[in-house]
Amino acid sequence: MSLTLLGWLGAFGIGLLVASFRVSPVPPLRWFGATYVELVRNCPLTVLFFLFWFGLPNAGVQLPRFPSAVIVLAVYTSSFVAEAIRAGVNTVAAGQAEAARSLGLTFGQVLGQVVLPQALRSVVAPLGNVFIALIKNSSIAYTISIVELTGQAQTLAIRTAEVIPVFGAAAAAYLVLTLPSGAAVGFLERRLAVRR
Amino acid sequence: MTAPLLSDALGPRGRRRTLVASVVAGVGVAALLAVVLRRFQAEGELAGELWSPLLDAGTLRYLGAGLLNTLKLAAAAMVLALALGGVLALGRLAKGRPLRWLAGVVVEFFRGFPLLLLLLFSVFGLRSLGYDLPLFWSIAGALALYNGAVLAEIFRAGILSLDRGQSEAAQVVGLRDWQGMAYVILPQAVRRMTPAIVSQLVTLLKDTSLAYFVQYTELLRRGQLTGGFDRNLLQVSIAVALVYILVNFLLGRLARRLEVRQRRRLGAGALTVTGGPEDLVAAGGPGAGAP
Repeated sequence: MSLTLLGWLGAFGIGLLVASFRVSPVPPLRWFGATYVELVRNCPLTVLFFLFWFGLPNAGVQLPRFPSAVIVLAVYTSSFVAEAIRAGVNTVAAGQAEAARSLGLTFGQVLGQVVLPQALRSVVAPLGNVFIALIKNSSIAYTISIVELTGQAQTLAIRTAEVIPVFGAAAAAYLVLTLPSGAAVGFLERRLAVRR
Repeated sequence: MTAPLLSDALGPRGRRRTLVASVVAGVGVAALLAVVLRRFQAEGELAGELWSPLLDAGTLRYLGAGLLNTLKLAAAAMVLALALGGVLALGRLAKGRPLRWLAGVVVEFFRGFPLLLLLLFSVFGLRSLGYDLPLFWSIAGALALYNGAVLAEIFRAGILSLDRGQSEAAQVVGLRDWQGMAYVILPQAVRRMTPAIVSQLVTLLKDTSLAYFVQYTELLRRGQLTGGFDRNLLQVSIAVALVYILVNFLLGRLARRLEVRQRRRLGAGALTVTGGPEDLVAAGGPGAGAP
């Protein structure tokens, strides 16, 4: 759970930053944002874990398990967050940004105070999907043997050979986590919806 | 590429500021790269003998066979998932309530289930229950169940996105339900769904790398084996990542091409089901586009 929440915080921060890069007036930042999203999004999470866990120690970067799992999950998820936010920015009517500019606001003010607040509301549902996917992806973190929901199921299964009930219980636990998240997202969406 | 909608055409002062910001940002990005490269250099990871095995014919053949296994697995799972998704979507839209309910439960269950657990279950779980499926098919089956459930939601959103008038018109001209579905609804819906379907297939291709955990020798597992042998895991994993990125990037390009072509054919106002918020409302819940 803490893995998921920390991963989400990181992903949201990076995603927001990268999305702002992608709509900024500064070309190198736009390129950087686009490249980052394309690279990370098209790379399987397993491969990212693999790179981080088996590859980087060769380059002298060795982090403890928990932080590296959080970083990998955050980086992977951030590319999806960035895409969702960018889609949201595109849905905000151009008149909003124009009005803000005509008041003399700077790019940072336009984005931060006018466009993003509206954009974020319209992407609650996609962000919710990304969050649910993150919960499920945290099961992949078991590879680096964090003692975590699925990780425990796996070791238990090997030890007791009573696989079915264990997997059943782990699956039930995941469903208990993911299904209410879906409902919560629906609720949030209705709560934040702007009447038009 | 998004045009910078959020700023005006710039005057001289603004241009100068953007230029300065560009240079600063460019230097920043370059510095980041330089730090990484320095680090690699310091640890001797740029040494030729660590990278050259990647170009060795034997290694290439070995990894190539791994890629082939990955693609075979993906292809088999895609076909199964599309078929399953179609059946489930039709089930959810069926007239009979029990059928609708059953398909709904199946879809919700497999969509909310972590794929890795499903995979472990279908390989180790079934084996311990005494069912001995070939490894390839138990992996493909697990991938197909999960992605089929997601695809079912995409199909459903696509079908529901059509105007009611279409199915009503089909009824009026005397078509049976299945005829209306086959000749009127599906041809239009499939066209709208193509981009979302392709992006889900990209996800499926990425998911095949989970087969690594169950000892199937696809690209990643083979990468690990050769990397362990040549002691160049870092280099190999970078190469493997690049291969995945390239393949998925090409698939993504294909999706965009299809979308553009369809826009051109159907006119600028043509709708597509992309898995965006408006489609999710139609599908009644979380659906496409999730990683």
